[in-house]
Amino acid sequence: MTENDGTPDFSNWSCPLPLADYPTIVMGHGGGGKLGNELVEHLFLPAFRNPALENLGDAAVLDLGSGRLAMSTDSFVVQPLFFPGGSIGELAVNGTVNDLAVSGAEPKYLSASFILEEGFPLSRLAAIVEAMAEAAATAGVRIVTGDTKVVEHGHGDGCYINTAGIGVLRQGIVVGPHRAQPGDAVLVSGTIGDHGMAIMSVREGLEFESPIRSDCAALNGLIAEVLEAAGDAVHAMRDPTRGGLASTLNEIAQASGVGIEIDEPSLPVRAEVQSACDLLGLDPVYVANEGKAVFFVAPEAVPAVLRILRAHPLGRDAARIGQVTAQHKGMLVARTGMGANRVIPTQIGEQLPRIC
Amino acid sequence: MKYLTEFRNGEIAQRMAREIRQIATRPWKIMEVCGGQTHSIIKNGIDQMLPATIEMIHGPGCPVCVTPLELIDKALAIAAQPGVMFCSFGDMLRVPGTEADLFQVKGAGGDVRVVYSPLDAVELAVRNPDKQVVFFGVGFETTAPANAMSAHLAKRRGLKNFSLLVSHVLVPPAIEAIMGSPGNQVQGFLLAGHVCSVMGYWEYPPLAEKYGIPLVVTGFEPLDLLDGIRRCVMQLEAGRHEVENAYERIVTFDGNQAAQKLLAEVFEVTDRAWRGIGVISKSGWRLSEAYRAFDAEERFHITGIHTEESPLCRSGDVLRGAIKPAQCAAFGKECTPRHPLGATMVSSEGACAAYYNYGRFLSAEELAGAGAALTGAGHD
Repeated sequence: MTENDGTPDFSNWSCPLPLADYPTIVMGHGGGGKLGNELVEHLFLPAFRNPALENLGDAAVLDLGSGRLAMSTDSFVVQPLFFPGGSIGELAVNGTVNDLAVSGAEPKYLSASFILEEGFPLSRLAAIVEAMAEAAATAGVRIVTGDTKVVEHGHGDGCYINTAGIGVLRQGIVVGPHRAQPGDAVLVSGTIGDHGMAIMSVREGLEFESPIRSDCAALNGLIAEVLEAAGDAVHAMRDPTRGGLASTLNEIAQASGVGIEIDEPSLPVRAEVQSACDLLGLDPVYVANEGKAVFFVAPEAVPAVLRILRAHPLGRDAARIGQVTAQHKGMLVARTGMGANRVIPTQIGEQLPRIC
Repeated sequence: MKYLTEFRNGEIAQRMAREIRQIATRPWKIMEVCGGQTHSIIKNGIDQMLPATIEMIHGPGCPVCVTPLELIDKALAIAAQPGVMFCSFGDMLRVPGTEADLFQVKGAGGDVRVVYSPLDAVELAVRNPDKQVVFFGVGFETTAPANAMSAHLAKRRGLKNFSLLVSHVLVPPAIEAIMGSPGNQVQGFLLAGHVCSVMGYWEYPPLAEKYGIPLVVTGFEPLDLLDGIRRCVMQLEAGRHEVENAYERIVTFDGNQAAQKLLAEVFEVTDRAWRGIGVISKSGWRLSEAYRAFDAEERFHITGIHTEESPLCRSGDVLRGAIKPAQCAAFGKECTPRHPLGATMVSSEGACAAYYNYGRFLSAEELAGAGAALTGAGHD
């Protein structure tokens, strides 16, 4: 390492223009990048600190004596509310189900809270609720409690949803973002960037021969099969949502104190997603997914896990994309298609479309 | 999607890199003009494939980076005004002005919007007659036709609530400025492919003649860049100095004549300040007399702008190709994408940000070590 171990230290910051220390919330704080991480590490974690929170996993693991529970929560503010491949309803259910599932738990119960804007059409709410019911049935979870609030016109964006979920942790399974080990293979369950580009294409009016569809799906079934077959050979799992694959891999590299290497040409990316990304100057590794999981697996279990993934409808395009190393700790490095290397950092905030 | 994969083929790239190694017998310094090319070179690691004797110097072709601080401050002042919808390309939002950036203006209640096309801003003006819609029209010749079209449409529709904050810059005067600067080391140029798709390359033969330098119109994909570099090196080795087109699938000699006609109608040549470099005479466009009514600088009389650049920032030296980003003392220390001191650290096309983001602060051994164990991935 030279001056820097990949997690830049700002403690001796002496900039004459201390601009990026935003005194107000900016959109980047919700972008799944460094700004959001800093909010968690410098504000929420110190205020709420306790052993269950400290792991900063997708779900908290709670030991109740009689068994271990996982608990997670997520809020959904997506626009547009309906998009090719799903709606905010499916997202709200699958998002929390997936956070529980990648923590090694079997998702059981969800809560659902709605913040609705005055004037929001009831027919649209009904369509959202129907989508949630269907998604819950597919995932095998029950929505057992909820709440509704209405805000004045202009104070919300139609419909916001929060879901929280509880799941039961499997006996003998301990996975977590801090458990990746040098030598582990990194697998992804399918193509990356589909959800983010589906949303972006609707927002920007990009039209393709076949529209890009969100990959929104509940992964608990797929993950259950993987855990059943590979058990404790699976060290870490994550669903790379906001901030995309790059943010997820960087988080795991930092939590586990390891380096991660990926082979860029091996990343499964749909041609139309790559195309849309190129058009807008975005990199698919930073684009959100809502139905994909990343697995850190002991090398001897890789063939079995890949076989299981590829036999499942949600894992058909699964691929081995790289591995964990003891070098360049806390960093994600990619081998490019040209055979060169580059570091893939965590984004600061949102990925910004380039000018030309 | 053949057009993508065809120009990203690693094996062909290796073959082209080998060919460049074979023909290069002496050290050469080549500048890629455009920030998009810099981004692609660093992202794909093209520079790592070249022989050590070929040095790529990253040019001033990042529109975000060269937009003067004063104009950024004007943009911030206009965007903060009530009743204004301020529209911009995405990566202008994070560029630091003297005291804030557009994200902060947005967070404080300013109506700041990211649009992909200035024509979307015209639509916003039509749909919001009670708002003043301003588009931040920055960029080189590439973005100019759409900006010109937005002014043209606004005029045709008689829109009174649409204006452009213009800071267009031009490639040929920048090349002249670089070639004429004391201590210049650039021996050949990769011309910006997308600028030439608009303007053609009829402007460049006099430059090749005057300075005795090869100029190769070059694209942005890995194979495009390698081909541009290869042709430039071949000319240098042979002592030739011609304008050559290595981006024939997009660029013609005459360029897009309809666009050039519109540009001539909407814009006129003006002296322009380049951030980090200074004023280059006749190096930009402003709205012509016939379109002056759509000039946001005329519509919003912003005064009292006092700009202050960081004394640590050496983005001017980086933009001129005098130093590599990592040679700046503030690089990766006081200045990071999280806390940019200058615009070259902000845009992903900026040379400093490209170096930082793609880990060019690591030593070559560390990067090589990182890749050594990778060969097994992806073949299960």
